[in-house]
This record gives sequence, C-alpha cells and structure tokens, in this order.
Amino acid sequence: MSGDDLKLLLEQAEAEISTADAPRIEALRVSLLGKNGTVTNLLKSLGGMEPDARKEAGARINHLKTQITDALFARRAVLDDAALAARLQAERVDVTQAPRPEPLGSLHPLSRTVEEIAAIFGAMGFVLKEGPDIESDWNNFSALNIPSHHPARAMMDTFYLQAAPHERPAVLRTHTSPVQIRTMLAWAAAQASGEAVEPIRIIVPGRTFRADHDATHSPMFHQFEGLVIGQDITLAHLKGCLIDFLRAFFGVPSLPVRFRASYFPFTEPSMEVDIGWSRRTGEIGGGTDWLEILGSGMVHPNVLANVGIDPRKYQGFAFGVGLERITMLKHGINDLRLFYESDIRWLRHYGFAALSPASLHEGI
Amino acid sequence: MKFSLSWLKDWLDTDAPLEAILTTLSAIGLEVEGVENKADSLKPFVIAEIIEAKQHPNADRLRACRVSAGGAELSVVCGAPNARTGLKVVMAPIGAHVPGSGITLKAGEIRGVKSEAMLCSYSELALEGDGEGIIELPANAPVGTPFAQWAGLDEPIIEIAITPNRGDALSIRGIARDLAAAGLGRLKPFTAPAIAASLPSAIHWVNTYPEACPWILGRTISGVKNGESPAWLKQRLDSIGLRPINTLVDITNYFTYHLGRPLHVFDIAKLSGAALTLRHGQPGDVFPGLHGKEIQAGPDDCVIADGAGAQSLAGITGGEQTGCDEHTVDVFLECALFDRVKIAQTGQRTAIHSDARARFERGIDSQLLPEALAAATQMILDLCGGTPSAPTEAGQRPEWSRQAKLRFARIKSFGGSDISAPEAVASLERLGFTIAGQDEHSVTVNVPSWRNDIAQPPSLDQAPDLLGAEAAAEGAAEIEPEVDLIEEVLRLKGLDAIEPVSLPVSGLIPAPILTPKQARTALARRVLAARGLAECVTFSFADDQSCALFGAAPESLRLANPIASDLNQMRPTPLVTLAQAAARNAAKGFGDVALFEVGPAYAPDRGQALVAAGLRLGASPLSALAPARKYDVFDAKADAQSILAALGAPMDGITTTQGGPAYYHPGQSGELRQGPKQLLARFGTLHPKLCAALDLPEGAVAFEVFLDALPEPKRRKKTAPTLSAFQPLRRDFAFLASADLAVESLLRAAKGADRALIANVALFDRYSGKGVPEGQVSLAIAVTIQPTDKSLQDAEIEALCARIVAEVTKKTGATLRG
Repeated sequence: MSGDDLKLLLEQAEAEISTADAPRIEALRVSLLGKNGTVTNLLKSLGGMEPDARKEAGARINHLKTQITDALFARRAVLDDAALAARLQAERVDVTQAPRPEPLGSLHPLSRTVEEIAAIFGAMGFVLKEGPDIESDWNNFSALNIPSHHPARAMMDTFYLQAAPHERPAVLRTHTSPVQIRTMLAWAAAQASGEAVEPIRIIVPGRTFRADHDATHSPMFHQFEGLVIGQDITLAHLKGCLIDFLRAFFGVPSLPVRFRASYFPFTEPSMEVDIGWSRRTGEIGGGTDWLEILGSGMVHPNVLANVGIDPRKYQGFAFGVGLERITMLKHGINDLRLFYESDIRWLRHYGFAALSPASLHEGI
Repeated sequence: MKFSLSWLKDWLDTDAPLEAILTTLSAIGLEVEGVENKADSLKPFVIAEIIEAKQHPNADRLRACRVSAGGAELSVVCGAPNARTGLKVVMAPIGAHVPGSGITLKAGEIRGVKSEAMLCSYSELALEGDGEGIIELPANAPVGTPFAQWAGLDEPIIEIAITPNRGDALSIRGIARDLAAAGLGRLKPFTAPAIAASLPSAIHWVNTYPEACPWILGRTISGVKNGESPAWLKQRLDSIGLRPINTLVDITNYFTYHLGRPLHVFDIAKLSGAALTLRHGQPGDVFPGLHGKEIQAGPDDCVIADGAGAQSLAGITGGEQTGCDEHTVDVFLECALFDRVKIAQTGQRTAIHSDARARFERGIDSQLLPEALAAATQMILDLCGGTPSAPTEAGQRPEWSRQAKLRFARIKSFGGSDISAPEAVASLERLGFTIAGQDEHSVTVNVPSWRNDIAQPPSLDQAPDLLGAEAAAEGAAEIEPEVDLIEEVLRLKGLDAIEPVSLPVSGLIPAPILTPKQARTALARRVLAARGLAECVTFSFADDQSCALFGAAPESLRLANPIASDLNQMRPTPLVTLAQAAARNAAKGFGDVALFEVGPAYAPDRGQALVAAGLRLGASPLSALAPARKYDVFDAKADAQSILAALGAPMDGITTTQGGPAYYHPGQSGELRQGPKQLLARFGTLHPKLCAALDLPEGAVAFEVFLDALPEPKRRKKTAPTLSAFQPLRRDFAFLASADLAVESLLRAAKGADRALIANVALFDRYSGKGVPEGQVSLAIAVTIQPTDKSLQDAEIEALCARIVAEVTKKTGATLRG
C-alpha cells in the first residue's frame, strides 16, 4: 500500500472511531486490529517484501497501528466518561433531606453538675462517697448534734417511714450529712485499731428529702456535702477550698465570695456563703448583689466526739450545697419543679450530650 | 424578728448609717431578710380636712366634698359613708400610686361632679387598721403634713432571721448589744426601777413541776385602768406587725421584744382561788388558747391552773378565759423561767408558734426575772395606774456560773485569723463577758447569763461501742467552750477578714476521686444517652398502688407522714416513676420517648440498690430513608446488653432466660444472668394491664440493669490477640427445631462444636409456616470459621460441619433441614 493509501485508511478509521458508540468501537477494533483485521493483514503482507521496502513499509504500518490504537483508546475513554457522567446524574439524590434520624439522648443537668463537682474536688484530693437515702435517726440527727428537742429539727420537715410499734422509725435523710457520720465512724474505728489512715477529704452528692412542696421546694432534692478532717485544718482552709470551688464551678476567676456568720448544729463557727451576682440579669460575678449559695463551718466538737474522734487532735470543716440551686444558677434554669417532671422537651433543652464528659483539662 | 430603727436606738447609741447597720447585722450572724419603710410607698399621701361634705347631686351612695390640704380647695367625690364635714382625712393627689389597690390616680368626673383627689381607707394604703370607710384622723392632725411622717411610719423596719442558738438576739436589746460589740455604737444601760410595795400578792404560785419551771415570779397590781394603749406603744407594736390589743397585753408583748422577756397577765377577777399551780397536764385540761384554738394539754406539758382547771399552756400561750380586757381591774403579772427542752417538746407537739415559745425554747436570760418584772410593773403603773403588791415567787434563782477558756494561739490554728489577743479580749468584754483570769497565752472569761449558748454543759450522743469514746468526750468538753469564744471573736470582726488558704494537695496529680464502681455508673449513663435515651431524675417515692403494680409496696417502705397521697411509698424500681414520666409525656402528645434513670430501688430492711432503668415508648422517628419502627423487646434487650458490655461484664458468659416478673409481658421478657444465679438485668415489654393502669400507651418496653450486682471488672492485662493470616469462611445451616427452643442454646451448641475454629455463630433467619411442620421452626444460622495456623482442606471443613450438625442435634434435638 502506498503512503497515501495508508493515510486514507487512517482518516477513514479515525472518522469512524470518533463517532462510534461502545459496541461499534469493539467492532472497529476487530475489523482493524483483530486477527483478520485490515491493519493486521497489512502487517502480514510485509513478509513478502524486500528487506529495504519491508523495513520502510513496516515502520509506516506500525505507526498506523499505533495511531488507530490510540484513537480507539481515546474514544473509549470519552465514552466511559460520558457513561459515568450519565450514571452519576441518574444517581443524584436530594441532599437537603434529613439523614436517617438518630435519636439524641442526653444527660440530666444534675448528673452534669455532679460530674463537674467531682472534677473540681478531685483536683483537690477529695474522694466521692455515697450513702443510703433511708437513714437512722441517730445518723441523720443525733450524731450531728441535733438532739430530739432541738429547734433545728423543726426547721427540717422530716419524712419518717412507718415503723413497727416500739421501733424508732427510719427517716428519709434530710441532708447528705449522715454520710459524714458513716465516714468518720469508719475512719475513727480504723485509726483506733491501729490502721494508718489518711486525713479525710470527701464529697458526698445524693438525694435528700424534706416534707415541703411548692414552687421553690421539692420533697426530694439533692445536696452535696463536703468534709475535711485533719490535724491542722483551719477556717482559712474552709474559705480557700470553697472560694476555689465556686470560682472553678462558675468559671469566674474573680468571683466575689462573702462569708457570713450563721448557725448550724453540726458546725461551729458556722457560716453562710454568698457569691456576687446581678439580680437583674442573673449574671454570676457581675453586678453588686449577693446571693446565698451554701452553708459551711468548722465541724462541731460534739460531732467529732460522737463518732469517737478527739477534737483536741483533729479538726476540720464541712459544707453543704444544694445541687439544684447551683445548677439553676449556672445554666439559667428558673423552675425547680421541672428538674423532676421529665418533660422530654426540657430534658432535650437542658440536657448534656452523652460524649461531653466534665473534665478540668477540657474545661467545665 | 422585726424591729424599727428607732426602737433599736432605745438601746443603741449610734450614728451609724442604716446601710452600715444592715451590713453588720448580716456579717455577724443576724441575717437581714428585708428592710421596709412604709413611708416610701406613702410619700404623696397628705393630711387634709373635709371643708364640706354633702350628698352627690346625681348619686345616692356618693358624697361630694370640698377638701383642703392647705392649698387650693379640691372637689372630691367619695363613696365612704363616714365622709363628713370637718373630718381630718388622708388624701391622695392626682398621680399618686395607691398601694392597696395598685391603681394610679387620674383626675376625673363622677356623674357630673369633678373629682380631683381621693380620700383613703387603711386598706387602700395597705395598712392594718380598723373601720369601714375612709381613715378618720384626730382633730389635731396637722393639715398639709405627709401622713406617713405624722403617723410615725417614716422609718425603716428591719427584719432579721434569728438562728436557733441565739435566744438573746430575739430581743431588741440583744441585737443592740451585738451591734455595739461589733463596733457600731454603745449599748445603753438597763436599770430596773425600784417598785415600792408592801402588800402581799392576791395570787401566789404553787409549783409541782419544777423540772419544767425552776423559777417563777409574779405580782398583783390592783386598781388598774385597762384600755387602748397610747399612740407611741400602739405604733411600735404596729410597726413590727403586732396587733395592739389593750394596754396590759400590749405591755407584755412590748417586753417580749424590748428585753426578750415574755410575760403574761391574768385578770384576777376571772381566776378562781388565790393559787396558780404549775403542774403536769391532765386528761381534762382542755381550754381555749389566746391564739384562738382549743388547747389540749399532754401529760408532759406544763400548765398553769387555777381552782377551775388549766388556764395557760406554760411558756407557749395563755388561755382566753383568764386574759385581760378593758374591764380588768386587778391583774396578776407572770414572769417565769421555763425549761427550754420542755417548751420545745410541748411546742413541737402542739405546733403552736408563739413569740413566747420562740424565746423560751432558745433559752432566755435566767437571771433577769426580778428586773424584768419591775420594769413591766413600772410601765403598767405609768400607763394604767394601780397599786402593786410585793412580788411572789416559787422556786429559786438558778445558779449561773459558766466559764470558758480561750488560748490565743487557737484563733489562728483553728480560726485561721490574725486577730490579736487584746482585740479578742476586748470583743468578748463588749459582749458582756467578764475576765476571770488572763495570762499571755490565754484568757478565762465568765459567760453572761443571757448567752446560754456559750459553754453549754456537754450533751453528747456517742455511738455505742466506740473505741476512744472517753478521750473524745473529754476533748469535746475542753474544746467546745473555746470554739464558742473563737466564734464570737471571729464573727464580730467579720469572717471576710480571714485570709483564705487553698487546701494543700500532696503532689500535682491527684488520685481518682471516683471508685471503679462510681466511674462505671457514670459510664452507664453515657452509654444510655449515646443510645438515644434521655436521662431523667424522678422522685424516690410514688403512690403505693403504682408501686404495687411493680411488685411490692410493703408497709415498711411506706411513709408515715407523706406530703401527698401520691408520694407515699418508696419505689421498688425506678421503672415506677419512669413509667409515670413516660405517661405524662404521652399525655402531652409526646408518645415517642426513650427515658432512663440511674437511681435507687428500695427494698425492705433499708435495702437500696442502684439500678440503671430505661423505658422506650412508641416508635423511632419518622424518616423518608427508613420506615419508623415501633420499639420492641429487643430494643430493651440491646439497651441492657450495651450497659453490661460497656461496663466490662463477660458477655460470653451471660445467659438469657425467658420470662420475668409479672409487670412484664410474660412472653416478651427475659433476664440476663451471669452464671446460674447472679441476676444482672431484666428487660421486656411492659404488661398491657400495667400500661392500662398507668395510662401508659401499650407496647412500652423497659429494662433494669442492677449495677450493684455487676462484678468489678478484673484489672487483668489482655493477652495478645491471634490475628490469623488465613481468611475466615462462612457456612450456613438451617435447622428444624421445636418452636419453643431457646435459640441461644442452639447457637451455643453450634459454637461448642469447635471452640478453637468457630469464631462466631449468628441466627439470620427464623421461619415457620409453609414447608415447616406445625410446632416447629426453621432456624438459619451462619457459622464463621476462622482457620488459625493453616488453610483448611475441604475434608476438614466437611468434618467440622458434620460436627456442628451433630452437636446441635445432640444438645437441642434440632435436625438439619433437608
């Protein structure tokens, strides 16, 4: 074949390839490059040529083969791309629709507060203790220097469980302080039996109960209690510990904290603690108003003696905080009763994500 | 306790501003609860005179008045029938806010007559006062003067909270003493008048109950004229919310506050016999009290009885039958010292709250009786006239001698304060302590008789069988009085003066605050929240009927004094209150909820277990991508299992048994156990009957995981896993089994065929119906075989499959489906 013939063949082939669809491409490949294809046959014809002519024609035919091969390949790529584009177009979905719903759970704000408290007091070397809700009269009152006639008992509207005749009725604990008693009894007993004991630093969150039910009182609520006992714990430590806690909890490093003399049967001196806030805006640490936030004091010598600790050797402080109160303040919750109502809308609104643990290193 | 600033200044010589007084009161433990000045809301109201009052021309019930408050005459239409010519009245000008009605006054015309002001009643001014219609002021009331100023209402009324230890501060003198000691002025002295009297008292005391009343005084004042108290006295009582009654009664109330000294007056004409007897209450002791209710004295109560019977509940309230009124001529004045504990007990038993009880149960000044009697007698003589008798008494002045020692170093080592020794001593002296002895390290002081909260006799209630009980008791006796003194010194200086010190920590990195069990509880919460359940906190108690639906409502877990009948029983499981919560949500239209609570379940004998309980109601949320699916028993099972898995329970060793307690659907409930006994969890569909009883839509599923029952996870290091280089292969089998075969046993049997090679067995189809004989079920399982050290030959695989079939058939009776 002459050079012109080959050129013509190439032009014809390229023209056909450029418009071919996928089956036609394959047919063209067979007819051109297959076992009996035009180009294959041309190559076969080389065998009958003189060496010089063969060399020259071979180069031309092989070049033709390469060009056709490339054209087929290119066309196939174009067709593949077009097919893919068409498929992708067909696979289009409306991404504005919502994904498959994954019901979101939540943690109750009170749980969150307990975790935050644990994180802060954990950093101060405290241990978290718990105790039963149903308590003996002695643990809840007498051991805490509240004898049966004490006016302070009237201040706490106590729930009693039904009791058999001649049996002292159990009480629903009116505060978390019985856990102080349990802890100190065990500590004093361990020490008396010669065990090496660490000074006490505990916090005690838990359910508490008083027979009071209105907009600002719930018959069940939560407190957390703190107790620190050692040989050289002073009222200055009480102040430092509570100031450190309040500033960390509310996230206000310069939070004003005020201590006022007060009275609780189980501490002496006793004090109430106020924090600065704005009554108008509710901003903690802002404004010029004071807000009572917790009660505290040095553990009363009688309480220590009641559990077998010699107040000449050991002293310390205790405090009690309403969990709901500090939770409401921190998160701007205004209705106490809704804490226990379990309204799914409230739980979703104030609840915390499952995967947001309260930790100091992540910030609480 | 309320008091007015002017009354305080009867005892306190001070020029401190109100703000300083309030701040100091709160700082030293007399917490200010409120301050009110009535005049603030009554500023615009002035005294005026009705120049002329006549009938309104167009209205029968109205009066048309011309009124002057010193300026121009105003036309005022008034509806009060007592509006009459010449009357001095309280007038509100246009623009005044009327506190009692909440309206702001506008000029207007009433039936054709202009009304340019308003004449006011007590209730419109939000004041206590008698009488229908408008206020009638005395003729000498100065026209044009602001009413509040003239009426003595223009002063701050301070209300403070008195803690149970401070009986002395339930008196205005006591408050003044504290303020003076805190540096806010000088306490004015109290000297009792000398009462000249020689006649014996017409009434005398007989005391048969000295434990309740160690000492009691009294005297007759004969020939008194009782009636309305003078304006200053009425106004003082009024200002602190005490209703004036008559002069004799008002005087007793006055001293209750003035000196913290409750008194009582008997009308001698109403007493039978010449003796008043203090005795135990007796069965017939029923009499009307001054508080307007009937009193029934108990055997431990102390009553004061005359010849006719009990007339007064000692230290709490007097009786109506022998009280003084405007006809009283001869009066017997009682001034007693009652036992704190007895009064507290009677007070709690009778639930009568009175000013007398509040003071006696906190403890009054045991030494002040003769002086108080004299001062009250003098006031009666001044205001009512009459002739006093000599005092009469029963019992004797109780011994008062208490000392307390303060080691100065303890101010720092206990109180953390830098207050110096001289400053501490000076503070105590200002409070009325006197020095019994002092050296450079310590001071010993005598405690004043009005501070019976200081250095009290030890009252311990030590735990039984306590090691070291005696040493601890000795320690308390030694330390307690000192702490009392430190408290006084610190509070007067102000606790804010103490420099705070952070708690020292040993090392930078603290030990974990949570025990492993507590940490697991927190994890259980997160697991459930992550699975889409919302955490609730519900009450520990519910109504006994609902509790009974969940198995148990024993009497021993019933409240003796529930606040409401629907909160009377400690719940046997948190499911009780969770189910109620779910029902409340459903009733509000939120019927698709998933709730959980990690909280206590109560059992008799003070049993309390921590339970993670949850409840799913309704269906998963709507979506175009996945059809909404009703929650079923397997959602509850998955919830329970997810907790167990997250908390490290050995899941391979946990078996499921069919069924559960009666509050679950008998065919759709199960229990998860470790070993044959240890119950870890329950789950199931709630019983339709229970749902109906609780108004809970049917189909709710629930679970309970008993966190206390979970074994502590072992702190063992894991062994290295075998990560086989060979591909796992899967073989499927279909078995025909009895329809009631627990599939878990079949899976277990299959796996047991070769524990080394079989990595997993899963049920993927369960079929009954056409092609499966009645009473049988086809169970299709996929077995994953994991070769460990070499590829398996076909023959080996065939042999394994045959073992699986044989093992299943042997253990369960199921046969390979042909």
